[in-house]
Amino acid sequence: MNFTATLHIALLALRVNKMRSALTMLGIIIGVAAVIIMIAVGGGAQARVEDQIRSLGSNIIMVLSGSMTSGGARGGIGSQPTIFEDDAYAMGREIEEIQAAAPTLRGNGQVVSGNTNWSTIFYGITPDYLEVREWAIVEGRGFEPAEMSGAGKVVLIGQTVAKNIFGDASPLDQVVRVRKVPLTVIGVLDRKGQSMTGQDQDDLILIPISTARKRILGAAQAKSRSVSSIMVKVRQGADMNDADQRMRELLRQRHRLQQGQDDDFFVRNLSEILQAQEASSKVMTLLLAAVASVSLLVGGIGIMNIMLVSVTERTREIGLRMAVGARARDILTQFLVEAVTLSLIGGAIGILLGISGATAIAELAGWRTELSGSSIVLAAGFAGAVGIFFGYYPAKKASRLLPIEALRYE
Amino acid sequence: MAEALIRVEELAKEYRMGSNVVPALCGVSLDIAAGEFVAVMGPSGSGKSTFMNLLGCLDHPSGGRYWLDGQEVSQLSGDELARVRNRKLGFVFQHFNLLARTSALDNVSLPLLYSEMPPTERKRHAEQRLAQVGLAQRMDHHPAQLSGGQQQRVAIARALVNDPQLVLADEPTGALDSHTSVEIMALLQQLNREGITIVLVTHEHDVAHFAGRIITFRDGKIIEDKTNVANDAAAQLQ
Repeated sequence: MNFTATLHIALLALRVNKMRSALTMLGIIIGVAAVIIMIAVGGGAQARVEDQIRSLGSNIIMVLSGSMTSGGARGGIGSQPTIFEDDAYAMGREIEEIQAAAPTLRGNGQVVSGNTNWSTIFYGITPDYLEVREWAIVEGRGFEPAEMSGAGKVVLIGQTVAKNIFGDASPLDQVVRVRKVPLTVIGVLDRKGQSMTGQDQDDLILIPISTARKRILGAAQAKSRSVSSIMVKVRQGADMNDADQRMRELLRQRHRLQQGQDDDFFVRNLSEILQAQEASSKVMTLLLAAVASVSLLVGGIGIMNIMLVSVTERTREIGLRMAVGARARDILTQFLVEAVTLSLIGGAIGILLGISGATAIAELAGWRTELSGSSIVLAAGFAGAVGIFFGYYPAKKASRLLPIEALRYE
Repeated sequence: MAEALIRVEELAKEYRMGSNVVPALCGVSLDIAAGEFVAVMGPSGSGKSTFMNLLGCLDHPSGGRYWLDGQEVSQLSGDELARVRNRKLGFVFQHFNLLARTSALDNVSLPLLYSEMPPTERKRHAEQRLAQVGLAQRMDHHPAQLSGGQQQRVAIARALVNDPQLVLADEPTGALDSHTSVEIMALLQQLNREGITIVLVTHEHDVAHFAGRIITFRDGKIIEDKTNVANDAAAQLQ
């Protein structure tokens, strides 16, 4: 007997018991749909974290000024100018793990243009800053070397600032004033969106570090070459901890710190937090998938249960089939095909339900979901495996029946 | 003597009930020629059902030998027996054993599903057999939509669909009223006249007397084997 005939027999038997077939499938449908939805939701959360890491710029280490203690009151981070522009250049030059080290001077002020104004943060930067943050300029251009060295009166503005000052008009070549210094807008930065802590990363302007120091921050800053922070990007593939370690050593050496003396700077490894979060969201995805798999397992047990009932209920039918020439193997195949067909049809419906469910969650709850092809293949494969695994025992039981006893069964 | 369709020699069957061995059939020998219509009688526990199961290749004998159509089948494996049943035997049961919620046509073609026959051939054969038992108009009916007599006709059509050499009928009239019983016997007699060998188990003398030979069992042995001048069931119906 060939396989199409077996399939035909199994489909006939399933059609004869529509209600029972549908109920059996329900377990698999729910299980498969749950697996797909859970993996999609978990994948969405993971992708969000990954995006945040990317928006921050991956492999970032921040170096901040140390604190100053005066009259018993301990100042916070940055209260004492202990790191300098040259520290940044030295790190970039001497530590091979470091791709770029960007010194920044931070300040805030009112950006004024015509009769509108907007309070924002400004950073005095070098072109390395854009490289470190992987930040593109969508309109206009970046800083020229002459503007860097000559404290050029130019500015790059973030999307939020552009919108608030210029609305829909092009900000290029417009002049804005920051602390009374007129600056020409030469470029607009790409949109970065919110940071992990909910800060609007587009609400800033960037100016050459020399401009910030000499023209805006004024006399106190002009003398020293101290900076607020140095943002360091570690080379792809290099070990973050090695880079961290070598940076500390270099800074301690440059700052002439004795052994046993505390660091006069702070190092923040930003991506660590995000990586921890990514790891936890991965664990979350796994957990969700595991929970959903349990329902698939329960669905499989449901199939076994129904198939066992079905074998008992159809004992006489099995006896008859044997009497008219079915071999044990034909009976085994028939019941196995019935179970696998149930779970595969259930799996197919479950996949459709899972995809529409994940889409609905994304639409209605506004959660981000990521449907992955592999999770769908996995769920379908699992459904088939469940059919074979849980269908085998009842099928084996059916095929072991003796024809005369099966025929006599009441 | 010409080659018999059925030849059994010292056929025996014992059942094990815990530590007890219960003999059900104790050394039965007989020949049945092709074209015979044999009724097997006897009280319950006489071994007639065991004998039928062995003839039907549904069970293995504990001893003795059995040739069906010249082939020794007493030593065959389960799968080989299934093949013999599929090719050479047809079964008619007391309770019809039709598949519920399945059309008469599908019920009749069931044995062919286990043969190598292509689907269109299967359908043609099944239709022919249903017409032969007078149910050409009822092919799409489910068993629940048919009377007892009609259901048994479907079952007989099923027994015939593989062109068997032997039809084994186990109390085929046991679940039918007397008029319908005679109708069914008329059908079996007609099939027998067309050349099909029939062995029928019954405990009703009226039914047995439609056969040409009556074999009586008691305590696992044949106690009587006589030819019979068969009553004509078709004539009784008129």
